[in-house]
This record gives sequence, structure tokens and C-alpha cells, in this order.
Amino acid sequence: MTSFHPHLLDQRLRVARVVTWATLGVIVVAFFRTQILGHGRFQLQSENNRLRPITLPAPRGIITDRNGKVLADNVPGYTVALLPDDTTNLRATLRVMAPIVRLDDAAIDRVLQRYHRAPYQPALVLPNASFAVISALEERRVEIPGLVIQTEPKRYYPDSALASHLVGYVGEVTEQELAAPRGMPLRPGAQVGKDGLERQYDDSLRGSDGIRFVEVNATGHVVREAGAAPTLQPVPGTSLRTTIDVDLQRYIARIFPAGQRGAVVALDPATGEVLALYSAPGYEPNAFVGGVDPDYWRQLNENEAHPLFDRAIQARYPPGSTWKLAVAAIALRRGIVTLHSRMPIPCRGGLQYGNRYFRCWQPKGHGDLTLQEAITQSCDVYFYQLGLKVGLTSLLEDGNSYGFRTRTGVDLPGEIPPDFPSGTEYFDRIYGPRHWTSAVTLNLAIGQGENAQTLINMTQFYQMLASDGQARTPYLVHRQDRPGISLELSPEQLAGLRQAMISVVERGTARGSRLASISIAGKTGTAQNPHGPAHGWFIAFAPAEHPTIVVGAIIEFAREGPYVAPLVARVIARFLGADSTEAANFRIVLPTDTAPTPLQVLPGPPADSTHPDTIPVDTTRDRPHPRAR
Amino acid sequence: MTARIRELDKPLVAVTLLLAAYGLATLYSAGQTDVPSFVTTIWLRQLIWLGVALVAASLVFRVSPRLLEWATPFVYAGAVVVLLFTLAFGTGGGTAASSRSWITIAGHRLGQPSELAKLAVVLMLARWLAERRAAPATLRELVPACLIAGVPFLLIVAQPDLGSGLVLVAILFSMLYWAGTKPSLLLLLASPAIGLVLAFSTIVWGAWIVALFALLLWWRPYVWEGLTVMLLNVAMGVVALPFWRHLAPYQQNRLLAFLNPDVDPRATGWHVIQSRVAVGSGGFLGKGFTHGSQKRLAFLPAQHTDFIFSVVGEELGFVGVLVALGLFAALILILFRIARRATDPFSGLVVFGIAGMLFTHIVENVGMTVNLLPITGIPLPFFSYGGSFLLACAVAIGISLRIAWEARQSGYAEH
Repeated sequence: MTSFHPHLLDQRLRVARVVTWATLGVIVVAFFRTQILGHGRFQLQSENNRLRPITLPAPRGIITDRNGKVLADNVPGYTVALLPDDTTNLRATLRVMAPIVRLDDAAIDRVLQRYHRAPYQPALVLPNASFAVISALEERRVEIPGLVIQTEPKRYYPDSALASHLVGYVGEVTEQELAAPRGMPLRPGAQVGKDGLERQYDDSLRGSDGIRFVEVNATGHVVREAGAAPTLQPVPGTSLRTTIDVDLQRYIARIFPAGQRGAVVALDPATGEVLALYSAPGYEPNAFVGGVDPDYWRQLNENEAHPLFDRAIQARYPPGSTWKLAVAAIALRRGIVTLHSRMPIPCRGGLQYGNRYFRCWQPKGHGDLTLQEAITQSCDVYFYQLGLKVGLTSLLEDGNSYGFRTRTGVDLPGEIPPDFPSGTEYFDRIYGPRHWTSAVTLNLAIGQGENAQTLINMTQFYQMLASDGQARTPYLVHRQDRPGISLELSPEQLAGLRQAMISVVERGTARGSRLASISIAGKTGTAQNPHGPAHGWFIAFAPAEHPTIVVGAIIEFAREGPYVAPLVARVIARFLGADSTEAANFRIVLPTDTAPTPLQVLPGPPADSTHPDTIPVDTTRDRPHPRAR
Repeated sequence: MTARIRELDKPLVAVTLLLAAYGLATLYSAGQTDVPSFVTTIWLRQLIWLGVALVAASLVFRVSPRLLEWATPFVYAGAVVVLLFTLAFGTGGGTAASSRSWITIAGHRLGQPSELAKLAVVLMLARWLAERRAAPATLRELVPACLIAGVPFLLIVAQPDLGSGLVLVAILFSMLYWAGTKPSLLLLLASPAIGLVLAFSTIVWGAWIVALFALLLWWRPYVWEGLTVMLLNVAMGVVALPFWRHLAPYQQNRLLAFLNPDVDPRATGWHVIQSRVAVGSGGFLGKGFTHGSQKRLAFLPAQHTDFIFSVVGEELGFVGVLVALGLFAALILILFRIARRATDPFSGLVVFGIAGMLFTHIVENVGMTVNLLPITGIPLPFFSYGGSFLLACAVAIGISLRIAWEARQSGYAEH
């Protein structure tokens, strides 16, 4: 019997059919499991595969001045990022891009670092690309998988360097900032405030980022906007309305002597509102947007003028004669003198104390003066005696209670506290007990010695004089609580001091800055500087009867070109709407109202050789900067 | 001629044309990606190939089974020569770029000789088995059959193209079965391979050796055959590890990825994972013709060749899969029927061998899209893009149609 008998074939056919159906049955079951039972899971995987979230950066809040004029604006910018699928591809892609976007190895490393931190987010390559770069990249899009170009609001500072210290600037968040705990976590690559108001109010300015989904293919090419997934719109940051008067700020920047270093602060004495805050030299904040050029950064740091340094709140200067008002206020408050008190020894150009002869800045002498006249003339001999009368302990105690040792608390980052002894222990600590004499009192009485104040601190003191004697914390955005500092002077005493300061401008040391239409009250000062010419101070308020503005100014090394008092006068005139052309013509030399170094009377070893005449001005230290790496 | 057309096996023609149309539509869809590539217009080339295939099928239909039987040794010899030639001068191509599977002349890839070899083996085995009055009853009698399949098998595996080689093995077993070889003998024939696979675990392998020993006692083959089988199995257990090491890394990875695709999801497991995601996300009704996102966004690899069935799964869903599998089942069952009703053993064996070949392709290709089987690069009949295989399928259908026609002419079919 052949093996191909139909009967046998039928038998085999049946088996073959069963095997076929069974095999297909297994396959159908497998597909049923995958397509019906596993549908949800695979559907999700399929979505995850192709949808990538892309952050929509929130526009930062606008910063305006008190009248709504814009200090920090947003303009459209382009960012270039890559949405890679792995590191090797990213590296290769970056190499393709390198000629177009000028990437060096360090920049490539930075991009890779960003990628490793958030592998499913586009890694930022260029935070601020020009239109030319964008078009060049678009042309080669096929060669650059995962290219994401988006318009991103970019910071723009219309007043650039004029308000740089005040407004600050933004830059990419650093590793340290990312690591620091905070309420709302930062997105890597985000632009955050680095200085000034941008930093102080960063949390509210920043807003919250949105998310947009794009559909990508397997090689990371963005194929289209995903219609299916909803876009989470970014919430713009809160706009800040500051107390700044940008016109005044611009005016100060314009009239500030070119090439000089210094600062100007203008406050509203009744509220503490900061009307202007200017520090020279400034820097270009727009250069920081989207990553500062390393050359510019180095230039800023190596510049001996330290442009990043805010001289209004971060520099200490010996207050010089501007501090005489503090001595006068302390003496009046303690009832030691009245405004018309005279000192036992009239000024004949100096005062002998111990073994030393403390000279007055006026070698000819001022004669017999009342307190008011002494303020007007800034007579050193009068204040030596007044200081001794008040006593070192009271002087230090009241200096502390007047806030000469504490920060004002202005809402700007980086304010430093002034240097002022907390008490006599300070001298014991520095010189050793019994190694110092009351001669330090004489120095302190004329604003020298162990005393270095910031401009904002001194201006706040004059704000107290210009108002009801109560201190207001200077502020730019949010009114702060009063610091509880008071001069504790009667209105009559305050009026008397103001009268004396009016005389300073009318016929005293600052008479060149007199404005016919406005009565300005002010006080000059010269801070001795061991490094070179003295620093010139002038702090004034006007109108003297009901002050609406206090302006403090300091110019470093001002002896050769001291325009400080007229500068302040012109600022006041501008603010009060007076005819500033008159003030513009002032060109006076600030009198050197700082006492020369005391002379030794008798030969022999100096009784107090350890006594320092001045505290060096601390302007040259390197400030650690958040962007410095 | 018109009479002949009327006498054609209509179900086979209908199913074949439906599969060709379904396949062409799927191939068209496979080209509809978001980033256009050469795949976009590939369906047009496949259309040309379909025309060529139609011509080839009608030419083959004119060849009588007797002429075919006479020509078989020449076809077989030709296939072996071409395989040798391919091994010496072949080039890689398509999704198997590193292997030598293609005949290339002056830069033009002419085709994959392994597809021709499959048909040649079917014919040669049919001829050899048909000449015998009784079915092979001992392992020794199976040696010539094993050689017929084994020579092309080795030549193809050396390319290396293990997938196509395994198709030859499937052809061998299906035809031996149809020739009446006892299943027990087939099991003994397959036992060394089974031993090799089971050698990954010493315990399982030991159990297999014990079971095999029991089977040998039960079936009582010739003693020396039993000894040979036992020795071969033991030898396989010994060489399994060196053999595994000898496999190319991509072959190892495919097997590993089959066991656990998540081992290396970016590289080897990628195909399996993405294919399953595509098929699974298709759901019951699919994402719609040409709208498969996995395919559109190029997550699906080789969507026009090896993984074309994933496109069906993604875009047409479970329903589309069932339709395709139904058509394939119909094709296979029709071929079974033709094999059963064939006028002579040679014809029946040829058609059954063809059925075995196509079924192996279908099961392996469809099975790997859902990780039911390890990945091998063998195409899906009438769906995957590729001239050689389409031509081979068309020739196979042409032969089958002729055999069905012969049976009908002789009235043998009415039995």
C-alpha cells in the first residue's frame, strides 16, 4: 500500500488542519492580548513615545518707575534648544551646529550638562539667538534632529547702564541656585534675577512656566505641534511698580561727572520711597541677557572701578563732616547743648588735646560760634569740644540707636551694614584696654576714625532730619515697616538743625549750590582717603521748610573735581521743577572741610601712635558674584 | 486559454488577489510617514513587481507537473550554484546589510537567491519523496532528504541568514510528514535541535535526555540509530555553549531580546518594543488607514519589510489582523486541499511543501510582531516589500494553480 493512499492523505490533512488552526489560534490569542487587553498600556506608551513636553517660559514681570515708565521690558527673542534621544546623537548634532552658532568645547559641555539634568526636555543651546542664526539653522533643520526653536520673551533694559544697579539683570540659573531649596523649584536653563530688583523680587517677577507638547519622531525630529495634548499657558510674572522716578534717574546719570566713581540716592523723606539710586560706573545689563559674553564678564571684573559694585549700598566711606549733624543731634537730644550754645574754646585753627594739636580745616580759625554757626561753617574745633562734652560712651550709644551700625533694609540685595563701634569695648578689643585715649572721641566727633557709613545709611539719617525725626526704611517696591529709629528731637530742635543746614547752602561750605528759588538744606563732607584724594559727600533736602526730597551723593576722589554739592542741587531743582539752568551753571570747588592730621605738641614717643586716623575706604574688595564660576 | 482560466481554482485566485491587494495597500500606508523617505513610493515599485509576478505565475501555470518534475534536478543544481556564487560574491542589502544575501551585478541588486532555493528544495524533496513507494521508516532513509535540504540550508545560514535557513527545515519536516513519515521518526530527527535548545538549563536538558531514552525504548528503532540519536543529543548538550558563543552578537541579542525585550530597549529590544507598542496601541479598530503614529513617526522599524504586519495591527486594529490572518488561513487551507486532491504524489508534495513554506513565513513574521517568536528577518507573503520573495510566492501559486487545474482536468478532484 502506497503511503499516498487517499485515506492516509485525509488523515494527514486533518492533522495538518488542526495544527494550522491551533497555530493561528495561538497567534490570534497573542494579538488579542496585545491589542485588546494591553491596549491601554500600549496606547499610553505610544503617546509617551511621541509627545515631548517643551517648557514655555513665562514672561517676567515688567518693572516700571513710579509713573509707569518701563525700566525692564520684555522683547521677543529666540532660543535654540535640542531635543535629543541620546548623548552621542546630541554631541554629533552639536558638532553639526557648531559652525553656525559658534560653539566651543566648553559650550558643548554645558549643553550636555543641561541635557543630563533633564533628558526629556530640550537642552538649551543658545539662549539668545539672532534672526540670522535662526534662519541658518532652519535651512539645515534636516541635519539637526530635535531642533527646537522657540520665541522666548527676552529681557530688555531700555535705560541700560543708567539704572543697572537698581534694576539689576537676569541670567541663567546656576547649579548652586538650582540646588538651593526654595518654594517653587527652578527649571534648569531658566533666566533668574541676578542683581538689583530683578534678584530681590525674582520670585514674583518670574511667573510660572507653561508647557507645550510637540510630537517627535523616533530620531527626535519635531514633526508638529501636538494638537491632542492641551498646552498649559505660561503665567506671566507680576509687574513691579517701583518708586523710582526714571526721569530723575536719567537726569542724575546725565549730569553725574563723566568718568567719576560715586553714587547718588534720592529719597522721599516722608515715606522712604527711593526716587533715584544711581551708582557710577554702571554696566550694561542687556549684555547679561541670555548669557554674558565671557570677555565682557572678565572686563567687568578686572576693571578697577568695579562697575558691578553698587556704591550706594555696598560701599562704606568715612562720613566726614556729614556726621557732624549726628553729633549735634545727639548733643541736643541729651540736652547737653542748645542750638545757640557756644564752646569754651573759640576756634583759632585748632585745639590742643593731650599731647596733640587737633587742627581745624580752616587754618585761620572760625572764632566763637554757636552750634548752628558751627554746622554752617563745619567748624572742627567746635565739634571736638562738643564730642568731648557728649562723651565717647553716649556718642557710641546714640550712634547705634540712630542706626549707624545697621543696614537700612532697603529692598535691594547685597546691602552691607556700616562700620561703627558698638561700644567702648570695641576699642579695647582693637587696641587693647588702656592703649587708647579719648582722642578717638575727637575723631569720631568730626566723622572720622572708626566710622564708615554707606551712602544709603547717611541719606536715611538726613531723611530723619528732613522729616519728623522718625526713620523710614528706604524702599523701591513695598513699603517696609519703620525701623523704629528716631532722632528723639523736638520739632524746634529739628527746625534749628535744618536752619543751620540751610545756612550751609546759603553762606556756608556749600554756598555755590544755592538756588535762588528753592531753599536747600544740606551738609557737605569730605572723607579722608589714605589711598588718594578724599571722597566728597553732600547730602541735602529741599524745600528746606517742608522737604519732599533728600538727596545724598558721594563722589570718590572728588578733590580734583568736586561737583558734589551742585550736582545734588541740580538734582533737587530738577525734581522740584525749578529752573535748573541756573543750577547747571554752578561750578564750585568743595571746601576741604576735613580736619588735617593732628600735630604732636611735645617731642617724644607719640602718645597714641596706634591711633588710626581713618578707616580705609572699603571699595576695592572683590565681591563674590552669583555668576562667577 | 479562456477555458483554462475558467477551469482555474477560483478560491485560490481570489484569496491570492485579495492578499496581494491588502498587502499593496499596507505597503502604501507604510510609506506614509511624516518624514518622507524612499519607502513613500515603494508601493509603486511593488506594483511593478506584482505585474512581473503575475506574468511569472502565468508562465509557470503553463508548465506541466511532469515537465516540472523533469526539470527539478536542474533547478535544484542551479539554486545551489547560485547560492555558492552568492556566498562568494554576494552583497548585503536592505534590512540585512551585513550579510551576503544578494546577487548584485554592476551595482544592481538582482534578488535574493535564498527565495529561489526554497522553491528548489520543495521541488527536489517532492521528487525524491515521490519516487519512493513507502514512506521513510528509518533515520537512515531520511539522510538523502536531509541532505537535499541541508546543503542549501548550510549555504544560506553561512550568508548568514538563519531565518531563511529555518524555513528550509520547516519545509523538510512538513514534506516528510506529508510523505507519510511517522511523527515519532520526525521527533527523533528533530531531537538534536531540541536538545540544543534545551541545553540552556542542565536540569531541563537532563530531563529531555531521560525522556528521549524512554521514547527510544518505546519506539524501538534500530539500535545504532537509537545510539546515534542519543549521542547526538548528548553532543548537543556539550556544544551548546560553544555554539552560543559562535553565534553573531546580533543573533544572540535577538534571542535575548525575545526572552526579555527590556534588556536593551534602545538597541536590540527596540524592534520588539516598538512593534508591540504599535500593534497594541492599534486596539480593536486601529488608528485608521495611514494614520498609525508609531509608523508615521518612524518609531516602527522596517515597517515596509519585516514589520509590515505591525502597520496592519496599528492602523486597522484587531479587526484588520483577523482579516489578514483569515485570508492567510484560507490560503493555507486551500493549498492543503489542492495537495490532497493532487493527481500524483509529486504534485501533492510540492503543494504541501509550498503550504509549509508560506505558513512558516506567516507564523514567524506575524508572531514576532507581538514577541511570540524571536525576530528573524523573513518576509510576510504578499505584504513585505521585495521582488524575489514576491516572485517566489507567485511562482508557488502558479505551480499550485496548475496542479489544481490538472486534478480538475483528470476528474481526480471529484473523489
